[in-house]
Amino acid sequence: MDAAAPLLEVEDLEVEFRTRQGTARVLDGVALSLQPGRTLGIVGESGCGKSMTALSIMRLVPVPPGRIGAGAVRLKGEDLLQASEKRMREVRGKDISMIFQEPMTSLNPVYSIGDQIAETVRLHEGLSRRDSLDRAIEMLKAVHIPAAERRVREFPHQMSGGMRQRVMIAMALACRPSVLIADEPTTALDVTVQAQVFDLLKELQEKTGTAIILISHDMGAIAEMADRVMVMYAGRIVEEAATDEILESPKHPYTRGLIACVPHMEEEPPPERGALTEIPGVVPALTDLGSGCSFAPRCDHATDLCRSRAPGPFAVGADHRAACWLYDEAGAA
Amino acid sequence: MLLLAVVVFNFILLSLVPGDIADTLAGESGGASQEVMDDIRRTYGLDRPFHIQLATYVGKVVQGDLGTSYYFNMPVTELILGRVAPTLLLVVTALVLAILIGTLFGVIASRRPNGLFSHFVTVLALVGFAAPVFWTAFLLIVLFVAMLEIMPLSGLVDPTTPRGTLTWYLDVLHHLFLPVLSLSSIYLASYSRLARASMMDVLGSDYIRTARAKGLGETSVTYKHALRNAVIPVITIAGLQFSHIFSGAVVVETVFTWPGLGTLAFESILRGDTPTIMGILFFSAMIVIVVNLLTDLTYRLVDPRIRSARNA
Repeated sequence: MDAAAPLLEVEDLEVEFRTRQGTARVLDGVALSLQPGRTLGIVGESGCGKSMTALSIMRLVPVPPGRIGAGAVRLKGEDLLQASEKRMREVRGKDISMIFQEPMTSLNPVYSIGDQIAETVRLHEGLSRRDSLDRAIEMLKAVHIPAAERRVREFPHQMSGGMRQRVMIAMALACRPSVLIADEPTTALDVTVQAQVFDLLKELQEKTGTAIILISHDMGAIAEMADRVMVMYAGRIVEEAATDEILESPKHPYTRGLIACVPHMEEEPPPERGALTEIPGVVPALTDLGSGCSFAPRCDHATDLCRSRAPGPFAVGADHRAACWLYDEAGAA
Repeated sequence: MLLLAVVVFNFILLSLVPGDIADTLAGESGGASQEVMDDIRRTYGLDRPFHIQLATYVGKVVQGDLGTSYYFNMPVTELILGRVAPTLLLVVTALVLAILIGTLFGVIASRRPNGLFSHFVTVLALVGFAAPVFWTAFLLIVLFVAMLEIMPLSGLVDPTTPRGTLTWYLDVLHHLFLPVLSLSSIYLASYSRLARASMMDVLGSDYIRTARAKGLGETSVTYKHALRNAVIPVITIAGLQFSHIFSGAVVVETVFTWPGLGTLAFESILRGDTPTIMGILFFSAMIVIVVNLLTDLTYRLVDPRIRSARNA
């Protein structure tokens, strides 16, 4: 779509975890590319590898038991997987920042929020104590925290979940990173607060031009925020397209299932829609993925081919790919 | 109020102990007639009814008079004040060392939970828990005094050293080494174990991930973000154990004839010197209360959640 060189590009990423049950391949051939100022959504159920993708980009996967087996993570052309740990520390918080699912526990309880924001600034920009605190106040204002001058001295326990997530956002954006990874940023928050946080993220993105990777299991949130969507299942990308495209014509049976799971509020639902829908079955254990498509055991369309060979991604439209044998035009099925 | 309860309780407990100063004095002087013993009891007011004795004692304590030692025939307060410095020196040094070194061991061990050092800490903790302090003390004496001959056997200071000079202080430190080592060994073990567990817990928490995602190095993450949270349980236990370490001090002081409260307590119990024992118990109770207060204050320094809970 965009001709410009991508800001962040992930290629063929493989991550494995050694467990007692054997080696689990938690990411298998994950690839993504992110343009400046755009938002990429990653959706999927718990354990599908969304968060692991984020942690791999930051190189925060715990090693051992984890191991980044293969692939490349290129930020403005520089392969971060080859970078030194020292270089990575420069990148984290400055070029790529991250906010997490749990605002209640993601801030250190014994330091004031001002200190915690200022710490990032001091670390990456070498500002003095006073200047970095000024920046912290400025950032708190940017995320619409009232009475920022006073609240900068407060501690995390004095704030609500929504406020703490705002603080996390302020901290993440304090050094104006080019990429912000938001890992389920609203999952732990009330619905009304969720909307506020999304509005805030959008507003800040417009102001700063930060590219966002939004990780969520909530199709609604993705639809609201993302330009492009990647659907993950059992460590693989099963479908990828522009958001509108995927919502209007989802191709992979798993994506269709996910979209069908979103409850709708309508006065008179169309008769063909029954009660709430669900995808039967559970995500398979990553230690015993067979050679076939990992979604096959839960799929209505599964054939013998699905159970024996994993499908590669097939082009199913303009800039739209799905990893499902249903769309193999060569007709291997 | 609490102190008053302690005083009354101690008094009742000690009254239940068979034998009194008359028996001891009679024993030491090789026997005495009934009249002499009655006379002694009358002198010390032991012939009066129990509740009168109690009331008299409590009344005196309230006025700051802990009575007179039967054995030394001098005011208990004076006796204790003369002995309290060596004990505090011993106990506080041992505790501070145990906390500092224990926490450091725990922190280092927590960074590699399956590493060699971590296993060493586990073994150290087991040995420390299992070994009785007098046994450790004797082993240390065998090693440092008998075999290596680099440490003095007992006492606070070499009596020939002129008091107050630099040599005197250094000599005290020299004498302090073994008692502190024996006393802190048990606590070192438990603190390193505790700090290790606490650190591992904290290192797994979300805000540590946040700190790493900010780009902080491991040293900052460990010592700034993790340690300050991990020491909170250590402070709790240290406060609680302070009273514990006093009883350890009785044993260590006795082994090394350290002229502190512990030795005094031990000897006074043997001598049936009730006022001294009660005085020491009263003093220990007071110190424990003061230490608890200090623990609470330390909490407020370390943990802002406690600060605001009290202010609210």
